[in-house]
Amino acid sequence: MRRLLIGLTAVFFGLLLVVPVIRIAMGAWNEGWTGFAGGLTRPETLHALWVTGLIVVVVTLLNTVFGVMLSLYLVRATWLGKKLKQLLNSLVDLPFAVSPVIGGLMIVLLLGPETALGAMFNWAGIDIVYALPGMILATLFVTFPLLVREVMPVLQEIGAGQEEAAATLGSYAWTTFWRVTWPSIRWSVVYGVVLTVARALGEFGAVLVVSGNILFKTQTATTLVYQDVENFNLTAANSVALVLAAGSVGLLLFMEWAKSRKEVH
Amino acid sequence: MHVEVRGLNKKFGNFQAVQDVNFSIDKGQLIGLLGPSGGGKTSILRMLAGLESVDEGHIYFHGKRVNDLPPQERGIGFVFQNYALFKHMMVTENIAFGLEVKKWPKAKIRERVAELVELTGLTGFEKRYPHQLSGGQRQRVAFARALAPEPQLLLLDEPFAAIDAKIRQELRSWLRDMIDRLGITSIFVTHDQDEAIEVADEIMIINQGRLEQKGTPWDIYKNPETPFVAGFIGESTIIEDIGSLRGFETARIWPDTKALIRPEYVEIGQAREFTALSATELGRVGHLHFRGSEWLVEVEVAGSRLVTYRSLEKEVLHPGDFVHVLVHRAYLFNDNDSWIMENNLKEDPMPVHI
Amino acid sequence: MSSMLQGRWWSWGFRSAVMIYFMVLIVLPILGIYGQSLSAGWSAFIDNITEPLAWKAVFLTVKLAIIAAVINILVGTMSAWVLIRYRFPGRRLLNSLVDLPFALPTAVAGLMILLLLGPQSFVGEWADKFGFAILFHEPAIVIAMIFVTFPFVIRAVQPLLEEMDSSEEEAAYTLGATKARTFLRVIMPGMLPGIASGAMLAFSRALAEFGAVVLVAGNIPGKTLIASVYIFGEIESDNAAGATAVSVLLLTFSFIILWLVNYVQMRRKGV
Repeated sequence: MRRLLIGLTAVFFGLLLVVPVIRIAMGAWNEGWTGFAGGLTRPETLHALWVTGLIVVVVTLLNTVFGVMLSLYLVRATWLGKKLKQLLNSLVDLPFAVSPVIGGLMIVLLLGPETALGAMFNWAGIDIVYALPGMILATLFVTFPLLVREVMPVLQEIGAGQEEAAATLGSYAWTTFWRVTWPSIRWSVVYGVVLTVARALGEFGAVLVVSGNILFKTQTATTLVYQDVENFNLTAANSVALVLAAGSVGLLLFMEWAKSRKEVH
Repeated sequence: MHVEVRGLNKKFGNFQAVQDVNFSIDKGQLIGLLGPSGGGKTSILRMLAGLESVDEGHIYFHGKRVNDLPPQERGIGFVFQNYALFKHMMVTENIAFGLEVKKWPKAKIRERVAELVELTGLTGFEKRYPHQLSGGQRQRVAFARALAPEPQLLLLDEPFAAIDAKIRQELRSWLRDMIDRLGITSIFVTHDQDEAIEVADEIMIINQGRLEQKGTPWDIYKNPETPFVAGFIGESTIIEDIGSLRGFETARIWPDTKALIRPEYVEIGQAREFTALSATELGRVGHLHFRGSEWLVEVEVAGSRLVTYRSLEKEVLHPGDFVHVLVHRAYLFNDNDSWIMENNLKEDPMPVHI
Repeated sequence: MSSMLQGRWWSWGFRSAVMIYFMVLIVLPILGIYGQSLSAGWSAFIDNITEPLAWKAVFLTVKLAIIAAVINILVGTMSAWVLIRYRFPGRRLLNSLVDLPFALPTAVAGLMILLLLGPQSFVGEWADKFGFAILFHEPAIVIAMIFVTFPFVIRAVQPLLEEMDSSEEEAAYTLGATKARTFLRVIMPGMLPGIASGAMLAFSRALAEFGAVVLVAGNIPGKTLIASVYIFGEIESDNAAGATAVSVLLLTFSFIILWLVNYVQMRRKGV
């Protein structure tokens, strides 16, 4: 029974998770090194990777700062009523339930060129939809819960005791956060950041809708893969996908490491 | 520091945690807040510390109102129930934290930390992290950390609750000594009456958010002001119909009045052991419990079951034996009033023999 | 005193900033889409969701997501059990692999499945020979859905199995229960909340999935067009009203599931 179950699990993992990754790698090398390098060094690939990188950096920064603060408020704040806290807490999960395509649609509906807000921004010279700001907004929306959901349980678990102790010893909020709270939540924040990076790197649906997938302007790595597949340019698609997959596997390893640190502390 | 509290009230939602509490504490005293769990003791302590906001009422330290001061500026030390040590800091870092925050010079910090490590007997454990310490050691670190910034008032929330019974005893007297030596005003919360009686100069009994009584342990034991205090301090049995006991027949004139009798109010023995035999009556021994240093005897008298102690030196009783029982006094109470009644046959100059 | 006042200003500023960020980023868009869907009135909304292609897409999505969730329940529970209860070489590696679908971009996942099941591939040829199709048909969609939702059940069941007190199981044995009986009566009920909430999360994620599916589904209206792809198509063809209506339908469905998951978890904590 034991052997059967282990065997079944291993086979399933192999078929579902390992074989596909290998297949991508093989696909990328289909036409040898030149095919792979050619797929990667196309100007559109480089530009797409640059856009993706930019989005990842901006999104991760913003969501880390605001995510940590929101977690602190939702767990500790006394200025928020208990009912209100519960409501906000359940609202945090909403992006999990929203299809990325719908997330993109929301932004188009609110800030698209035909809307009042969009027109206002447009008049001020800022394009949101079919431009970088919209793509960042969409990715922010999609990745927002990841960090909060990692940090909140840890804050709940460590309790307010150490922070109260710091307060009675004369330490104000800022010092207390950096010297007492931060060392306890550090690794959960790192873990949440890794999840955020992974998701921001791979976001597709929401970005596709908001960006319009304009070559050399709003095309990201994932939307480029999509376009290459649609154009039957499989080797190029595989090359970009392999880079993304390598990035994900790297993040995965980092995630495992962060998790082990998280458990120690 | 002189502490004064006037008309303190606190509600959590619909729950009245603290209700109209008034007291004042003189400088240098060690006060025990005693009462059942959930009675509001910890809320009072946390309001004194500024960790909980005050709904109504005033708190004065040194005659200055501190309601609006945050905990950082109240000059207090707080020892938390589970110590709340900074778990990523070593013993010395924990103790130094309050000093660093207050920007003491480095050399002075080192000096003060060394002094406290010495004082609390933590020498040799300076480089350990909290999870490498025993419960008693953690408690000492928490104590040292709270004392480091030289607070004027020390607040301790159930300081011994998480410690083994045996070490608890030791730590109690250690804490008592330490506070005597430092002369710092201290308030501690406990639900253990032995602890309060043993350690505190004065006890405040808190029940359902009210201050029931404040006084020295002996005072409270001898003259409980409310039925709750009488029942809470010491062991006791409640008797529904006190008039049925010999020497208390006149108590029948107060209807709806119950009596509370402590084991030490009751004496049992053979006829020759009593001088005022007329005040005794016969009772039947029920269960006997060996209590290590004495017997705890249950005895059935006039339909009531009383409990008393008996010295190991006296002759051994057996269940079913008949003995003379003398009830010296009883604590009577009804809805409006409470008072102590002495056995009125005990003093009778002309005993009537039956 | 002035430093204190400053502290209050700071904290007030932080609070408002975080709350505004949260409201603008999360709450406003969701309210916006509900508002938009009804902006042309009820009848327009009803018209949009009763459009046969629309409700066929929603129906298909729900059906396939349920199939994916059921398979996830079976495989996920088994995997969680194996990873927690058994010690064998490679266990750590498998355990790390579980998170791969979360880390991998969904478009890459879609491409992987496309390559694996495509006509030139081994699986594709084999399926061709036996006369049934996988790629651009329902099975491919289900496989894509399983891939992206694979970690949910495992990650929800694992902690429950881990914190399960072995003395409970031992107690059952000492009372004379057989292994099978102990599993059904003692272990299974302990895992059930995790299975339920994991499956619901997987289901709701499968409903919403776009990237992995769009590449392998073929997207034939009325046959293999799932809801999120339908919405995407409507946006592309500038029919915002149609997209919004189906979105609202799908969203409401997902919110109900999310609420159910919360409810299950709350009840678990309450016990």
